Amino acid sequence: MFTDFFYLLRSKKVPVSITEWMTLMEALAKGQITNLDEFYFLARAILVKSEGYYDHYDLAFQEYFSGVQSMPEITEQVLEWLRDPLNRLGLSPRERAMLEAMDLDELIAELEKRLREQTEQHDGGDYWIGRWGTSPFGHSGTNPAGIRIGGEGGGRQAVQVAMDRRFRNYRHDLILDTRQIKVALKGLRQLNRVGPEDELDLEETIAASAKNCGDIELMWRRSRKNAAKVLLLMDVGGSMEPYARLCSTLFSAAHTSSHFKEFRYYYFHNCVYDKVYEDMTRRETVGTEHLLRTLESDFKVLLVGDATMSQYELTDRYGAINYYDRNEIPGIVWLRRIADHFTHAVWVNPEAPQYWGHTTVRMINGVFPMYSLTIEGLQQAVRKLVVRN
Amino acid sequence: MTHEGFDKFAGTSDYVTSEPLRNAVNASIALGRPLLIRGEPGTGKTRLAHSIAQDLRQRLVIWNIKSTTKAQDGLYLYDTVQRLNDSRFGDGDVSDIKRYIKLGKLGEAFASPEQVVVLIDEIDKADIEFPNDLLNELDEMSFYIMETDETIEAVHRPITVITSNAEKELPDAFLRRCIFHYIEFPDAQLMEEIVRVHFPNIDTTLLGAATETFYSLRRIDDFRKKPSTSELLDWIQALMIGGVAHERVASEIPFMGALLKKEADYDYFVKTRMTKVGDTLVRRSWQ
Repeated sequence: MFTDFFYLLRSKKVPVSITEWMTLMEALAKGQITNLDEFYFLARAILVKSEGYYDHYDLAFQEYFSGVQSMPEITEQVLEWLRDPLNRLGLSPRERAMLEAMDLDELIAELEKRLREQTEQHDGGDYWIGRWGTSPFGHSGTNPAGIRIGGEGGGRQAVQVAMDRRFRNYRHDLILDTRQIKVALKGLRQLNRVGPEDELDLEETIAASAKNCGDIELMWRRSRKNAAKVLLLMDVGGSMEPYARLCSTLFSAAHTSSHFKEFRYYYFHNCVYDKVYEDMTRRETVGTEHLLRTLESDFKVLLVGDATMSQYELTDRYGAINYYDRNEIPGIVWLRRIADHFTHAVWVNPEAPQYWGHTTVRMINGVFPMYSLTIEGLQQAVRKLVVRN
Repeated sequence: MTHEGFDKFAGTSDYVTSEPLRNAVNASIALGRPLLIRGEPGTGKTRLAHSIAQDLRQRLVIWNIKSTTKAQDGLYLYDTVQRLNDSRFGDGDVSDIKRYIKLGKLGEAFASPEQVVVLIDEIDKADIEFPNDLLNELDEMSFYIMETDETIEAVHRPITVITSNAEKELPDAFLRRCIFHYIEFPDAQLMEEIVRVHFPNIDTTLLGAATETFYSLRRIDDFRKKPSTSELLDWIQALMIGGVAHERVASEIPFMGALLKKEADYDYFVKTRMTKVGDTLVRRSWQ
């Protein structure tokens, strides 16, 4: 029963296993389900184990049970236009009859056609996609055969709930908030036994007591503390402007993650040269040489930047974008020195991997393993930072 | 098609639930699988277990997880130090190992003659491997005590509620065995219902003004800690005791410290959203 739904979920990248599917079958066999609404929630509780996949589930559910293909063509922008519900508008019986003629397939085909044609927001009227009108597309409208795009869900029907896609913001591949980044950074934990010996070492105690002819000999050991040290280097160059919010989120997450033994952060402009900056306005500086000398090599290093610049900024003497910086040693050499000094260093790029074709991006990727600034990318980066080499 | 055994949990008078949550709880009871609850702080994850226990009139066994908790702690402890001590000072029968086996919270729940509700609170506080160490025990609802060659088997599968703050990823193998539910932050309507449960006599205008202000604060993204349900409840209580007129609630936000608990958030809000009118701070009207 519903086996196709199982494969549809998997094709939507929901990690569903046979175990969970069998559990669902067991629940169905017990006769617990009387309607589609109950099925929606039951199947979600059993099959989906993270709110990050609720949206994928909604999409699959919508596709399977309503027969409405989820259309990639319906862009965020269109949904944005339609967000605010306006009041319903009455339709004359004549118009209603006219619109009732369209069936679903025609509607979809027509929607795609109009999506291609339409370039601006449109409320009212009877042709363009928008609110409040009598066009078969959009919402708050009164076309009997219309497709609702976004807007607030009125009824509580399961397919409609799925249509609402309220969990869109929880998708792992979509947004990053501080908490999620913190979760990812928590992977940087490195528990070592440090501090005073305040934990009873039972096995040693028993062994020592046995040796001591049964006279109790208490043995103590140090308790485990997080020993991870983190160095964050962030690009604050002009091309990073679009990612400012993203980077500050990452920064605040790292900064407030109080569990690191040491956390240092510096800024650079496009590439690291002989000095890095202590503040975003790039006034106070610290020598890169000094950092390499004073920071132990077991610092975990995260460099954040789009790695996109002119090639000479990376390869040439005096290549730095700030004319007065006059770097004697090319940027790529500095990067290489950082990579050589620290045993664990990664580059995190806020740009999507499909734009990583730029020459300098590829060059830097040759020095540091590069990951995208998404939850998934960050998790991979953190995994890379904790492996033993 | 029978519905027996499925509509067991219906929520209690002091705990407002949504239908999906009730469904998940009942599915977990019917299938005998642990229910994993996740959600923002202050959405009542822990209270859920109390409510289930109260509704089904069962005993609640709470196992609070700390960063040092190990899976074994929940099953049983073999008190070797006590035994060693007794052997030295000759107190009691040292050869009876059973006297030194102490059941943990989970062991207690398994051994209980009647069905109980077990709450494993904040499972992600423990080590990453912790949930994996409990896989078999939660699956079979039984465990083996090596020292006494005994198997403790659950007479009735306990109703298991596990809460998590998503601080750590839980292992897939563990997740596969759970029923999962994510408690969303309640919307204004549900929130008013929740407040009414706690303060049945609250004035409707005051409640409306308070929730509206509360949600307007939650919409500000720059706070380090957004106010949650418990803060709202505290605040409303303060408003009621202080006898604040509802028209002052939205503009002056009296007792704001009950809502914004971080100094930085408080300062930020006062600096960016409030303005002085005479001697009182008033919220700027356009925000």
